[in-house]
Amino acid sequence: MSSQDAIPEFRQSHRADANEVGVTNLSALTAGPGISSWVEVLAIIAVAVVVIGSIELSLWYFAVPHYIMPRPSLVGVALVTEFPLILPHLGHTLVQLGCGFAIGATVGLVLAAVITQFPFAEKIIAPYILILVTTPMLALIPLLILRFGFGYEPRIIAVALASGPMVMINAATGFRRVDSAKIALARSYGASTLQIFWKIRAPMALPMILVGLMVGAIFGLLTTVGAEMVGGGFGLGNRLTTYSSMIKMPEFFAVVLILSILGILIYTIFFLIGKKWASWET
Amino acid sequence: MQPPEGTATKLAVRNATKVYHTASGDLLALDRCSLEVATNEVVSIVGPSGCGKTTLLWSMSGLHHLSAGDILLDGTPVTGPRPEIGIVFQEANLLPWRNLDANIAFPFEIKRQQPDPAWIDHLLHRVGLDGFGGKFPRELSGGMQQRAAIVRALALKPSVLLMDEPFGALDTFTREEMNRLVEEIWLDTPTTIVFITHNIEEAIFLSDKVVVLSPRPGRVASEYRVPLPRPRSFEVMASREVFDLTNAIKGEIMGQRVPRGAAA
Repeated sequence: MSSQDAIPEFRQSHRADANEVGVTNLSALTAGPGISSWVEVLAIIAVAVVVIGSIELSLWYFAVPHYIMPRPSLVGVALVTEFPLILPHLGHTLVQLGCGFAIGATVGLVLAAVITQFPFAEKIIAPYILILVTTPMLALIPLLILRFGFGYEPRIIAVALASGPMVMINAATGFRRVDSAKIALARSYGASTLQIFWKIRAPMALPMILVGLMVGAIFGLLTTVGAEMVGGGFGLGNRLTTYSSMIKMPEFFAVVLILSILGILIYTIFFLIGKKWASWET
Repeated sequence: MQPPEGTATKLAVRNATKVYHTASGDLLALDRCSLEVATNEVVSIVGPSGCGKTTLLWSMSGLHHLSAGDILLDGTPVTGPRPEIGIVFQEANLLPWRNLDANIAFPFEIKRQQPDPAWIDHLLHRVGLDGFGGKFPRELSGGMQQRAAIVRALALKPSVLLMDEPFGALDTFTREEMNRLVEEIWLDTPTTIVFITHNIEEAIFLSDKVVVLSPRPGRVASEYRVPLPRPRSFEVMASREVFDLTNAIKGEIMGQRVPRGAAA
């Protein structure tokens, strides 16, 4: 018998498989080159200046009217001058997003943790979760407004419904990644089911949970703004419809800019959390 | 230092039988397997792939339950994980989200015990890992990961160490280095060791007794004593005696695989 040496390489069974079911995997969070030097920073700024400058120049040169496409400088001015008026609306949007996401993410996480322990129940529930993930929750807004009026409630419900299933489907993918050797290790020290959950299953699922939270938060932002555009007198989405109906395009684009910054902030927050707590996976 | 002959039996396997119920029918993995391990003895279990070596070890550790027969540790049946047993798994099985210190602290967290820092520092120094406590598994080589796994298993001062093909994924040189390390640690702090391997040289180097299992269903085909002095030097391992022993065991395993007469 030959001494069948295995390939000297460690099987990384805990690694997220590229084919793993789920909306995305952690590589989406951490992909992309980091910035490594000041030269790169300068280059990035220089390109941004050139791009924005040439948009400014060409809009000015071709004399494009403000109501079709405002020049970046006008958008900048509008952002500064209108900001005190936009600020309360930003506050409303953040409250709705925060509440809706908190509710949706909590329910999604708990459901994912529980349901993955029972494969049969998971099979039964999966189609409904898929329907919740794929149906735009904006479609329910008119119905929710009929039932709950023009306040926070319909929007918070819509955000929770949009972000919860996203969190759940990704977190469930994480919780399904069972590594029997690691569970055997814990069991060999007499670990209880609860200890195995908190010390093995949860940390192993964490990278996928973070991906779910990020996607859920972005979907939540989308739904918040959409819901605000449909009805009610406040929120950034409401500002978008108001400004466009008044043909105040610089102000309109200032709100769009705020929304992009919000989206990037959400991404950055989860990117940093992932870097701190889930970097072992990459 | 040889373990004195005729000392008390530490671990006894009596007619161990294990049937796995799978979708494609029942699979008899172990069939009336019996062996004894004396206190502070090192016993290796070798055999062809899939002969139930790992099943036997996991049953000894209480992670698997036997279908029939029993396993006695210090005379009492093993029915679940026991604190006096330490396990070193295939590959290092470290938790990748914990650094080395936190990995070694893991068993103590589960058992809600205070670790003994002096003993752990001694072990880390013993395996040459001092100063690596803050490193994560991915930052360590395969050999270093397995050293850390050995420290984790020994940190609880087990009286029995079960090692399940711990060095199977390592290259030959690292494997020999790890074998010497295990022998050194054993000479320092005598422990009862059961060592699963498919490498006969490794089994002979480490063991006082080599147990050969038959192909599935696993049964004890034969036992070989290894009466070599310790520490086992390169010269001892290159001796005629070791050569003959290796060939005898190899022949037996090959003979099992190829029916007599069919071998070319």
